[in-house]
Amino acid sequence: MDLQGFGHLLISGAWVTLQLALCSLAVGLIFGLLGASAKVSSSKVLRAIGNGYTLFVRGMPELLLVLTIFFGSSAVLMAIASQFGYDEYIELSPFVAGVTALSIAFGAYATEVFRSALQEIPKGQKEAAVALGMTKYQTFKRVTLPQVWRIALPGLGNLFLVLLKDTALVSVIGLNELMRQAAVAVGYTKEPFTFYVAAACIYLFLTSISMAGLYYLERFANRGYQGAR
Amino acid sequence: MSDAPVALEIRDLHKSYGSLEVLKGISLQARDGDVISILGSSGSGKSTFLRCINLLESPSSGTITVAGESLKLKKNKDGELEAADQKQLERMRSEIGFVFQNFNLWPHRTVLENIIEAPVHVLKRSKDEAIARAEELLKKVGLYDKRHNYPSQLSGGQQQRIAIARTLAMDPQVLLFDEPTSALDPELVNEVLAVMRDLAAEGRTMLIVTHEMRFARDVSTQIVFLHQGQVEEVGPPEKVFGNPDSERCREFLSSHI
Repeated sequence: MDLQGFGHLLISGAWVTLQLALCSLAVGLIFGLLGASAKVSSSKVLRAIGNGYTLFVRGMPELLLVLTIFFGSSAVLMAIASQFGYDEYIELSPFVAGVTALSIAFGAYATEVFRSALQEIPKGQKEAAVALGMTKYQTFKRVTLPQVWRIALPGLGNLFLVLLKDTALVSVIGLNELMRQAAVAVGYTKEPFTFYVAAACIYLFLTSISMAGLYYLERFANRGYQGAR
Repeated sequence: MSDAPVALEIRDLHKSYGSLEVLKGISLQARDGDVISILGSSGSGKSTFLRCINLLESPSSGTITVAGESLKLKKNKDGELEAADQKQLERMRSEIGFVFQNFNLWPHRTVLENIIEAPVHVLKRSKDEAIARAEELLKKVGLYDKRHNYPSQLSGGQQQRIAIARTLAMDPQVLLFDEPTSALDPELVNEVLAVMRDLAAEGRTMLIVTHEMRFARDVSTQIVFLHQGQVEEVGPPEKVFGNPDSERCREFLSSHI
């Protein structure tokens, strides 16, 4: 495959794609945990917020979310800035807007994964913890959460693979990630097949690495569960 | 009745689920070293009563006193009692050991990790100190060689012995057992009862909800028979098993021995 000197462009794009995916994963997991905690909370208000979050975000194409956040945040930031007397054009960097949009989307789906995992942990295990005098927070952190990871891991892994490819959507707001770099190369060389196949191979490589990582994570999380259960 | 100090005192405990009243004013006093077995048919409220003592269930009214300290309670919006002082509840729970029917060991932690968890994180003991104590307790329940196993690798009887060791690691004032052998295969019951016999012989204060009549008769200093949420009969085992005042108690015992 002759990349006509555009190879480094694809590699730098892949690096941005990976950073975008990992940052969105980290923030998205936090959104997911918060969302799930809200959904299983005893407070009506929190449950409503959790339900509203998953309803709206899951009911919206990711592309729309990316565009809304990029252009919407710009309008909001400028409105705030004008209150303080600044009238210049402000916008979020495409990377920050991308991470924001993708982590909001990832978080909404992860909320459901975490929620079902939270509900799968037998009540008795939490009772055992509080009966020994552990606080609610200690019980959550030391008894519930480590087991939630184990149960949620396959579902989260799936979502991460989807996320990794959704990063391509951020190309529409001008972030130089893999998809956009491939398109740039195509623009110069007029060889779409070559560069899109090369990009496809890189996506495949990234997802393969992720799947291998997930396999080891799952094996680690399942220690102690052989045999019974 | 001995003159030993009162370890646990429950006064007039009521508990309702909606309009269904399952506990209708139960009072009970355990002095240091007492072993009190709570008997009764299913639905008599015995497990609910035990779970109300450390607020795993919220009582509707009543008072709970451990070693002279009363648990501070307040009504919540559903009309049930909850702890008025969460810190106090956590401290008092750490003084009340609770052994569950289903063991409730944490599957993601080894036997040793299960036992040292609360001593390290609740009592703030050093890890070395907690491990030394845990190993001592594991020898006592005969499972020292299983300390690095996970719960799923153990039999039900072994899991329950570990759960007892986990409770003992907190050096509780009182031990509550909620049908500790009911989830076990018959051949595994005796290994758990043997551990409990040892604890009774050591002079530990215990409240035991059980269906093991012979065991209750052998180890108890007092038997409480519950019927429909009320104490129907109470007394030393010779009296309750030999010549109970209550006709219901007599019927229950004759059908369970």
